[in-house]
Amino acid sequence: MSLKNKLHNLKEQYKGKKMAPAFNAIHTFLYLPNETTHSGSHVRGADDLKRTMNMVIMAMVPCLIWGMFNAGYQHYSAIAGGTPEFVSFFDHLKYFFTLDNLLIGAQKVLPLVIVSYVVGLAIEFLFAVIKKHEVEEGYLVTGMLVPLIVPVDTPLWMLSVAVAFGVVIGKEVFGGTGMNVLNPALTIRAFLFFAYPTWMSGDKVWVHQAVERAGTPDAISGETMLGMLAQKKELSYSIDEAFFGFIPGSVGETSTLLILIGAAILIFTKIASWRIILSGVIGALAMGLIFNGVVSQGWITEGSKFYDLMSLPFWNHLVIGGFAFGITFMATDPVSGAQTIKGKWWYGFLIGLFAVMIRVFNPAYPEGIMLAILLMNVFAPTIDHYVVQGNINKRLKRLKVKTA
Amino acid sequence: MSKDIRIKKGLDINLVGAAEQSTATTVKSNTYAINPDDFHGVIPKIVAKEGSEVKAGSPLFYSKTNDQILFNSPVSGEVVEIVRGAKRKILSFKVLADKEQQYQDFGIKDVTSMSGEDIKSHLLSSGCWPFIKQRPYDIIANPNVAPKAIFISAYNSAPLAADLDYVLQEKESELQAAITALSKLTSGKVYTSVGSSTSPLAKVSNTIIHTVSGPHPIGNVSTQIAKLDPINKGEVVWTVSAQDLVIIGELLLTGKYNASRIIAVAGSSVKNPKYYETKIGAEVASFVYAAGVDGDNVRMINGNVLTGTTVKPDGYLASTVDTFTIIPEGDDYEFFGWNKPIFNKISYSRALTFSWLFPKKKYDLNTNTNGEHRAFVVTGNYEEVFPLDIYPMQLLKAFSYKDLDEMEKLGAYEIAPEDFALTEFVCVSKQNHQDLVREGLDLMYKEIG
Repeated sequence: MSLKNKLHNLKEQYKGKKMAPAFNAIHTFLYLPNETTHSGSHVRGADDLKRTMNMVIMAMVPCLIWGMFNAGYQHYSAIAGGTPEFVSFFDHLKYFFTLDNLLIGAQKVLPLVIVSYVVGLAIEFLFAVIKKHEVEEGYLVTGMLVPLIVPVDTPLWMLSVAVAFGVVIGKEVFGGTGMNVLNPALTIRAFLFFAYPTWMSGDKVWVHQAVERAGTPDAISGETMLGMLAQKKELSYSIDEAFFGFIPGSVGETSTLLILIGAAILIFTKIASWRIILSGVIGALAMGLIFNGVVSQGWITEGSKFYDLMSLPFWNHLVIGGFAFGITFMATDPVSGAQTIKGKWWYGFLIGLFAVMIRVFNPAYPEGIMLAILLMNVFAPTIDHYVVQGNINKRLKRLKVKTA
Repeated sequence: MSKDIRIKKGLDINLVGAAEQSTATTVKSNTYAINPDDFHGVIPKIVAKEGSEVKAGSPLFYSKTNDQILFNSPVSGEVVEIVRGAKRKILSFKVLADKEQQYQDFGIKDVTSMSGEDIKSHLLSSGCWPFIKQRPYDIIANPNVAPKAIFISAYNSAPLAADLDYVLQEKESELQAAITALSKLTSGKVYTSVGSSTSPLAKVSNTIIHTVSGPHPIGNVSTQIAKLDPINKGEVVWTVSAQDLVIIGELLLTGKYNASRIIAVAGSSVKNPKYYETKIGAEVASFVYAAGVDGDNVRMINGNVLTGTTVKPDGYLASTVDTFTIIPEGDDYEFFGWNKPIFNKISYSRALTFSWLFPKKKYDLNTNTNGEHRAFVVTGNYEEVFPLDIYPMQLLKAFSYKDLDEMEKLGAYEIAPEDFALTEFVCVSKQNHQDLVREGLDLMYKEIG
């Protein structure tokens, strides 16, 4: 008897039982189910939610791999007292793609991925069994996003607590995938940030071992570019390095180049909304330009604590920090984002605007994209409401013209 | 006078097994059956009891809500069985056909000299009224409410659907009579949409003719109504399908109710996909036998693949369709079907699906859902295949949580379930949109009326 038949028989046995959703989740992972249409259209398109989510994960894989190498690269560079001099991208790769770097990455990043998936999926399965619905695929993407948006040295217990909180409070209490108001991955990230602020917002967590070594003779620095700007320190990385990703930061957010590739995949496959990404970029550039203007008008002088971030050339905001990653992979989450076409333009634009604004005005935690997206997640239904209301009004007006 | 309606949003689903343009005869159907469920919302009241003799055109039953609306027997013969289901619900009226057909004589009419009231009572008494449907709610028209306009689509854009230009050829005089009659039923206009100027309907008078072009659902009446004269709250429009015009026209010209139809028998599981001349309510076997079926695990569909209903091989041709489709069932598993590259299925996205590379290729789709039912997640893809100025996802959600006020505001009066066939096709979450819409419209009809 083939595997297919064995699994089919097992499925029949599980039918109607409590554990059926858990079994089906695993079964459908191996085989596209034998379900046929019973009403409505007799034929259906080829895509299902698994395929869609799978594409998002594949678009993130380059960022994950880069993040693993970068964990080691940053660690060894910091120990050596600074990154090797940056000449060109391809010359630099020989320092980057080394086995030592990968080993550090595998040791630090893979556990983050595993913990994120195991804890999150366990909760998803549990809720699916209790509420008797199929296991939805939403967490496949969330589980991949989480390790990419946390600092490399995040303790695993902290991550577990945060994931449990984010999945239960951020998603399951609203009814599971498709019903949540906030992006679950960002809920997890925000929980980490607000529950363990001393740990998460320090200038040490971004490079492996920087925290442990602090205060010892072997101390190494582990600051992100945004941190340096907020602390009014000299930037020790060039914008080229930031674009290619040879900088410290959360695991997956550093390489703008690879994020661009991910964005290209998502837009080409029609999975992410290019409108949100484009309008987000426009919003960030607009805000950056406004701040540059404020500086050139002389309203803010060098003494101000906002000066460094305000005077940063406006387009640099796209490259440094988590902006690119956030706008590509998290602002485009269809469930927590705006759902109408017009609404998407506003939603993306405002995320870009607020992301840069929060960066500048919140030096304690200069990563604005997280809060900007969460904020706009809350307002997305309001944006949609007004867009849909426009359509309703058009209909009412047509009626009035008719009766008048 | 000819104008154009053009749309860009939509999706043409190219399938193998299109009907070849030649008409064949079928073996004789012994029994014919009329299935009240083909007319949505009709509760039948029996006129012709079991064992009684009927002529072609004599009533079998009437609608409980309006006893003027009669439903005809397509042939003369004996009512051999009234099939009942659970709770004694009437499922179908079976008529054993006479060898020599006898037609009830309704009298030859001169349409031009008839008044609107005359035509209405003539159509009601001759059992042709069920051919007229109304929007809102997509049900049989209420004869007591005059419509603001009447719409006829003479262009089928659904996959594998019958080519109306072919089916209607040489029927110009019947079509003209029927349209003249319809034009007296409304104070407004009769709009006819044709695919090209070669359509038999392109030259008829008493109607405004538009040429339509674009992907499916351009052939759906709702698309044309939205472009020409959108339905507002409180307004009613009627629609008649082009094939039914022929029957109405023949009734007026000859006084006989002739239920003959040329249907397209199509689909990848049909050996000889072509057109067959048959009658409303004929045994499926009678024409499927002539067409031939490939394989034994197939689905037979009364109608096209998007909006038709499943029928068993021992079932009957529905009263309301011009196409009969047979495609393979898809009740099998596919190893790693959710992540491997797909070349043999149609997809709206490009997520390792490659149908975008071959826009002309014809596909052999089966009935597999290609995934399990999920909550609404993905946004923005329905709008790309939905040409009306309506927010499809928001309206579907209003239907699913039964908010009457919201349904009304979002445009539920303007649509029929068939308009959501394409959103259903591209739906990543495999929701049954047409069911949602049908249930929602029924609820509105019940509560608002």
